[in-house]
Amino acid sequence: MSVLVGNETRLVVQGITGREGAFHAEACRDYGTNLVAGVVPGKGGQTAVGVPVFDTVAEAVEKTHANVGFVLVPPPFCADAYAEAVDAGLDLVVSITEGVPTRDMVRVMRTVPPGGTRILGPNCPGVISPGQAKVGIMPGFIHKEGHVGVVSRSGTLTYEAVHQLSERGIGQSTCVGIGGDPVIGTNFVDVLELFAADDDTGAVILIGEIGGGAEEEAADFIRREMRKPVVAFIAGQTAPPGRRMGHAGAIVMGGQGTAAGKMEALRSAGCTVVESPAEMGAAMEARLRG
Amino acid sequence: MNLHEHQAKALLAEYGVPIPRGKVAFSVDEALAAASELGLPVVVKAQIHAGGRGKAGGVRLARTEDEVRAAADAILGATLVTKQTGPEGRLVRRLLVEEGVAIARELYVSFIIDRSTGRPMCVASAAGGMDIEEVAAETPEKILTVRVDPAMGMQPFQARRLAFGLGFEGPVFRNGTKFLTALYRAFEGLDASQVEINPMLVTEGGDVLALDAKVSVDDSALFRQPQVLALRDVHEESPFEVEASKHRLSYIKLDGSVGCMVNGAGLAMATMDIVKLAGASPANFLDVGGGASADQIENAFRILSSDPEVRVVLINIFGGILRCDRLARGLIDAVRKLGVTLPIVIRMEGTNVELARRMLEESGLDFTTADGMRDAAEQVVKRLAGQEAA
Repeated sequence: MSVLVGNETRLVVQGITGREGAFHAEACRDYGTNLVAGVVPGKGGQTAVGVPVFDTVAEAVEKTHANVGFVLVPPPFCADAYAEAVDAGLDLVVSITEGVPTRDMVRVMRTVPPGGTRILGPNCPGVISPGQAKVGIMPGFIHKEGHVGVVSRSGTLTYEAVHQLSERGIGQSTCVGIGGDPVIGTNFVDVLELFAADDDTGAVILIGEIGGGAEEEAADFIRREMRKPVVAFIAGQTAPPGRRMGHAGAIVMGGQGTAAGKMEALRSAGCTVVESPAEMGAAMEARLRG
Repeated sequence: MNLHEHQAKALLAEYGVPIPRGKVAFSVDEALAAASELGLPVVVKAQIHAGGRGKAGGVRLARTEDEVRAAADAILGATLVTKQTGPEGRLVRRLLVEEGVAIARELYVSFIIDRSTGRPMCVASAAGGMDIEEVAAETPEKILTVRVDPAMGMQPFQARRLAFGLGFEGPVFRNGTKFLTALYRAFEGLDASQVEINPMLVTEGGDVLALDAKVSVDDSALFRQPQVLALRDVHEESPFEVEASKHRLSYIKLDGSVGCMVNGAGLAMATMDIVKLAGASPANFLDVGGGASADQIENAFRILSSDPEVRVVLINIFGGILRCDRLARGLIDAVRKLGVTLPIVIRMEGTNVELARRMLEESGLDFTTADGMRDAAEQVVKRLAGQEAA
């Protein structure tokens, strides 16, 4: 098992003929992901990265039974690509695109029917189930098969956590980047629910950052439902209030969204909260021995 | 992106939000001309990207021409220190001269995106002119909220619910619902991340006006908001940050002495945190992004090392999309080209890291390579201590 992606994943890459699209489609395939199709409007009938290209996602699904989408298109077109994937009924659609207007995400989330396509991102590294499938831009080689679930609002900070785990011989079941934007498709609680129910995940690392209330909501869920150990780190403990720290969602407003508040919420929910980003792997090792 | 009050009001007026008559002025003479056109009395307001202007002496009522001159003269060129500017304050380069209005009531209204539902949310309160965070903390029952379905837009019943909640009656009720509906349309149409009217004013004549206006526009939507982008005032931004944004780098100046260059916003924040934990202080937040080219890294390095406060540079790169050898090439070129003499501590992981390390070693330049984030922070503190001893 694992969550979101795995051996059953049949990937369609939206924007496969672009430079980024081709590069990452190939990297996902080389990692072992079952890449079955590409979609680029107007380029139907061509071949790219060894798979057929279709004009629409619906056609790709019909012809290849694709069930997961990976969107690699520029920001103005990202929400439309998400919406097309939702309309075509994919199980999951992932986008790494940075700089998608918030209003576009607000609108596209409104189009997802209950129980419909799960949207991951945007502005995230994607998702990887080590040894099975990767739908994202993370360096596959730092990962190791195992039983720790990783969920994070950050990209490279997730790689840091994974590196610390793999270095200690601790493998991962699935690593999910949910993205750093104010409005995202999948939040911490959604992923924690999946990890809580996944037999293959024995413990979780949660990496949050300043801004919003998603970590507090995660803490509520962990207190009520989570029976697996959780190690957490919150980035931005030293960030000045009122300033947006790179990620569109990373801002402390009027005392809300502070690192201190999030760390306290997670700690009181029973998580091991580390102050130093260098301690994530060691803290997980200690909890697993624990 | 933030806007000046006068710019925000002009944009809101295009969506039908009523505002007081006013004119922007860049000199005392322009302020006098504006006052004579509007008719006395007028209010002379400092235009800076920070709240708390009134308390800092940046807003003055002027009943005569002499008072207009005195107010404009005092405020223009002054450095206002408010709780939002920091101790260094902000230089006033422009004024808004506005007609005086007879105030019956002051209220509060704003639109933001509610992150937990992913929907636009209106926050309103009868306690206008006050800090909404204080109202929320002390008297949360006075806060009204309405979440808007983005597919439907603000519905009449929602505007009515807010207007009833704010105690509007008769003509004020009609004016109030119109105001709120227009404000939502502006919020949506401008791709705003926040529109805040504090205070929203009821005049003695029963009009509802935006007496102050704060509009922040989603940076990611500026490509389709050219009229907003044209209003950017670079004087309101730090020169380093302006330079960084030209190169599509994310940079924020802080007050420490460790210059940080990191790929990814989360890792950049975490790097600042570990520097602080090690006992030093970050000079900046700098995210070179995922696909940073050698050219962009050079630009990043130029901005970072031109900050006179920086005494040690810490580079923390986890290569994912960004290849470490590309980083090393950019760094070596930048250090040579710019003649940088600052000590540089580098921590790298990821794609092509061995090649990158070899390139740095063979460069003959003074790079300290670190093993992991903690070691990097400790090396930085060591170099700082070494400087103090010398």
